[in-house]
Amino acid sequence: MNPFSLARPKDHAATHALLTGRRFSLPLLKGGGMDVVDHLKEGLWKPDVVIDTRHLRAPGASAPISKDGQTIRIEAWATMSEIAASDILLKDAPCVAHAVGSAASPQVRNVGTAAGNLLQRPRCWYYRNEQFQCLKKGGGTCFAFEGENKFHAIFGEGPCYIVHPSNLAPALCITDAVVHLHGGKRASLPITDLYHTPDKGIRTEHNLEPGEIVTHITLSPAPVSGFYAIKEKQSFDWPLAFACAALQLDGSTIRSARVCAGAVAPVPWLLPGVDAALKGVDLDDDKALRAACAKATEGARPLSQNAYKLTMLPVAVRRAVLMAAGKKVEA
Amino acid sequence: MVSSNDPGWNNGKDAGKDGVSRRSFMVTLGASAAAASLSQAAQAALPKGQDAQPESDVRGPGETSLTLNVNGQSRTIKAEPATTLLDALRQKMGLTGPKEICDRGACGGCSVIINGNLVASCMMLAADAEGAAITTIEGLSKDGALDPVQESFIRHDALQCGYCTPGFVMAGRALLDKKPKPTLAEIKKALSGNICRCGTYTNVFNAILEASGQPPVMDSAPGA
Repeated sequence: MNPFSLARPKDHAATHALLTGRRFSLPLLKGGGMDVVDHLKEGLWKPDVVIDTRHLRAPGASAPISKDGQTIRIEAWATMSEIAASDILLKDAPCVAHAVGSAASPQVRNVGTAAGNLLQRPRCWYYRNEQFQCLKKGGGTCFAFEGENKFHAIFGEGPCYIVHPSNLAPALCITDAVVHLHGGKRASLPITDLYHTPDKGIRTEHNLEPGEIVTHITLSPAPVSGFYAIKEKQSFDWPLAFACAALQLDGSTIRSARVCAGAVAPVPWLLPGVDAALKGVDLDDDKALRAACAKATEGARPLSQNAYKLTMLPVAVRRAVLMAAGKKVEA
Repeated sequence: MVSSNDPGWNNGKDAGKDGVSRRSFMVTLGASAAAASLSQAAQAALPKGQDAQPESDVRGPGETSLTLNVNGQSRTIKAEPATTLLDALRQKMGLTGPKEICDRGACGGCSVIINGNLVASCMMLAADAEGAAITTIEGLSKDGALDPVQESFIRHDALQCGYCTPGFVMAGRALLDKKPKPTLAEIKKALSGNICRCGTYTNVFNAILEASGQPPVMDSAPGA
């Protein structure tokens, strides 16, 4: 790692001042630091100051996860372990707790934060390797397009084929989550507006302005919700495809559904076609359920090595729906 | 190159109308080390009541003193902000129990317990562990007696080359501190961030089951 200064601003205003002031030219925010230290070790980032944010408390912040009426609140600094073990989330938005609990290892979850998880950079091996000057790093080529793209996107128009790395974001996309901000012109942003596809901006995945800091996240309860990930190994691995589903049930009939897929596109991938097709489906009618979930791959354009995700994604969606409804899912 | 501790390099006499001199501006471009002093000078030149730079505690980029609470002892070292906790433990404090293996938080060899939570010390800045209770494998034994998890690892031959063992023992200890009688599934989940290249998992699981007062349930390797 190159040398850098380490700053602990006293509040969000001081953080904003460090980010936008003249004192440092390459400031870098960190939460738990898992992804930041990874970039520093690989030589991908050379900040002159790393700004710690874990101690910053937004007004009204009490516990890492709290609930007020019908609003659930996750602080930016809440660790992934705290989210995964939260009684509030396990009861009122289980897809969020399960998605986060499925990510990474205990060592990572004990340190990684909610905001850090949302804003971590992609795991594309070309992006992560200092040797490859890919589009994301100002180069002229997406090496994955003609190269090793087994773990890359099956949706999106390019020109970069990362999959978004966050497990948390797709779960938040089906629970009306709002990301609360400090330091910019706006106070908040719906989670569905937090990210952009690579054709709208190649260097970043998010739509935050310089100097904007995530303070906390609010979301609505989704007690009938579930998460299912398919991985090469079921522990401590990045998902090949996963899905989050939130349902409203009338007995065993789906009254409404919201499904978001992950690890298949450069952004959390909402599946409105599946939502519509699931409406009115009886969960015990396996054929109808499978037919609805098959719509998950509509519009997909796999790369040379990842067409297997076309088979996998409808399975992940169906199992997430069954998990949401508390049904048994094949191992 | 002008350094930040070069006396008088930016004493305000040559400051421009916004408090930043041409010379100090050039220094900012060239030396991040100098930037801190520059900004303080620039801030001092601003009119009163104009809070350009609210307070921030900034250290580095050079070595500063850092106090860590390791295995119940408060120890002060000199370290750069870029020093990882693992480097601080191994190279500054001589605690070589935590191992540097993958160096990316992927193998668990460097695991330590911080405020009761298992952490990969290779991916944590040492400064981020300030004020926390850090336990390394050196801190597990009490009065010369090994921790029950360590005893159980020996009894179950839960190691081959042994390089990953400190990490596994810490993961087992962290689990039992939170859950004294874990199921096998819970043990597997708690140890999922630790990799054993020799593949001694069966014996590791058995060791932790027995350390928690439960009978081993996995088939042991022949001869174990």
